[in-house]
Amino acid sequence: MTSYLLETLKTRFPAAVLETHAFRGDETAVVKKEAWKEVAAYLKDELGFDLLLDLTAADYLPREPRFELVCHFYSTKHNYRLRLKCPVPAGDASADTLTGLWPGADWFEREAWDMFGITFAGHPDLRRLLMYDGFEGHPLRKDYPLKKRQPRLPHRD
Amino acid sequence: MDRKNPDLPKNWELEKLEDGRLVLNMGPSHPAMHGIVRILLTVDGERVTDADAEIGYLHRGFEKTCENVTWNQCVPYTDRLNYVSPFINNVGFALAVEKLMGIETPARCQYIRVIMSEISRITDHLTCLGANAMELSAFTVYFYLINAREALYRLGDSAAGGRVTPAYTRVGGLTRDLPPDFKRDAAEALASVRRNVADAEKMLTRNRIFHDRLRGTGAISKEEALGMSFTGPALRSTGVPLDVRKATPYLVYDRFDFDIPVGSNGDNYDRYLVRLEEIRQSARIIEQALAQLPDGPVNHPAYDVILPPKPEVYNSIEGLMAHFKLTFEGVKPPAGEVYQAVEGGNGEVGFYLVSDGSGRPWRLRLRPPCFPLTAGLPKLIKGGYIADIVATFGQINMIGGELER
Repeated sequence: MTSYLLETLKTRFPAAVLETHAFRGDETAVVKKEAWKEVAAYLKDELGFDLLLDLTAADYLPREPRFELVCHFYSTKHNYRLRLKCPVPAGDASADTLTGLWPGADWFEREAWDMFGITFAGHPDLRRLLMYDGFEGHPLRKDYPLKKRQPRLPHRD
Repeated sequence: MDRKNPDLPKNWELEKLEDGRLVLNMGPSHPAMHGIVRILLTVDGERVTDADAEIGYLHRGFEKTCENVTWNQCVPYTDRLNYVSPFINNVGFALAVEKLMGIETPARCQYIRVIMSEISRITDHLTCLGANAMELSAFTVYFYLINAREALYRLGDSAAGGRVTPAYTRVGGLTRDLPPDFKRDAAEALASVRRNVADAEKMLTRNRIFHDRLRGTGAISKEEALGMSFTGPALRSTGVPLDVRKATPYLVYDRFDFDIPVGSNGDNYDRYLVRLEEIRQSARIIEQALAQLPDGPVNHPAYDVILPPKPEVYNSIEGLMAHFKLTFEGVKPPAGEVYQAVEGGNGEVGFYLVSDGSGRPWRLRLRPPCFPLTAGLPKLIKGGYIADIVATFGQINMIGGELER
């Protein structure tokens, strides 16, 4: 059972939409990484999803493609929710930035870079957000040990 | 002032840019920064020309920790997200896991969850308004509102056994039912809230100083607020009537009569008025929910969801096995992913859960409502005076526990 919205996405992007499902009523579309920004722009401009609620990632080690970017959208006009995901391979952990469409994506993408090491092409200021400069590794990756210790940093001016 | 001390770090003096502007550090240790945020300002005289917020001082690895414990062991960690409205986090997490499992709790449990969520919303708003007034030097108001908050903390304590960290919900139910005198105590606490809020309102709303400091400062337009992913009172103050309780009702919120206040200017004063009105609306919801509160069990009947009652554990092998399995392995939601949103004090609190079918979360993500608000702070304070930062920062109500998790 797929909804009108997911059917529309499939018809509009037949090559880019890899999979759709609505587990527990959460409508989800999985798209190719190359079409990530294009589909998001279509959602915003044509379908009225004006609120980017959340952008995060998940690590599915040892599966390949290893990472998944997860976005939750909401449309204030239609009172509708949608989840958009795209697989990101470990070898090329990068995706297009959404900051041009929603300025609010800025910090969400910085956090995804900080926690998972996924880079966002075109992001204006991709720095660590919760961790500090000089932190080694990306803590929410599954191969980052729970009790790993960090090296001491020299005093900075 | 010529004090060249070689022991001091190099940048102890204010850095002066070529065009006469100054780079100024506000925080992380500053009375108005609530302890843990650093704002780098570039100022031209008293005007802020550029700003950058730096966070991360309270990061505790909440999401990483939760991936390594059972589902129910995450509940106490959720208390520490937004620590002035802990029940909302508890309820949001429990609802998310229940959605993942495809179960629903009994009606009495849902009503109690609504009551506790609304108590939390009031404590959240009271803290925000009280601290905001205090930082703008209206110290008496702070005590009025904190007195009211204390009455509600005691009420929550009587039900959950904890003032600030109640850990009240479990997957499929609650730790315990309401105490026998709860209705009477709730009526007394709400009367205290109404009295204190009315007093505070008399001292603030038409107060010349308070009005001048809030009116027109930290303003943002409707389009900008949506683009910055604002939710909650900050978005509603711009005129967007988005509230998860009305938009996509959860629990039994569709059975109550309440209003969603909205502002029109999106400035600090509108945010203050929206919060003030929401306190009254939440009190209305609590009274309606207490009047409608049904009898019956509070926990889901299935033994593979929630711990069976103790007489069952001690007197039957099935109860004992269920207790053992749930304690050691935890509940096992099917593999899949869900997103469950609840309306928190600051906006939409969203839990995104991924389960692989084992007893532990594969991925647990919290969408903190004040995260986009803090990201938007530089936009709100740019062009204003340094003194306005205090008012704006108070009104976005940044809570370090959920911001940095």
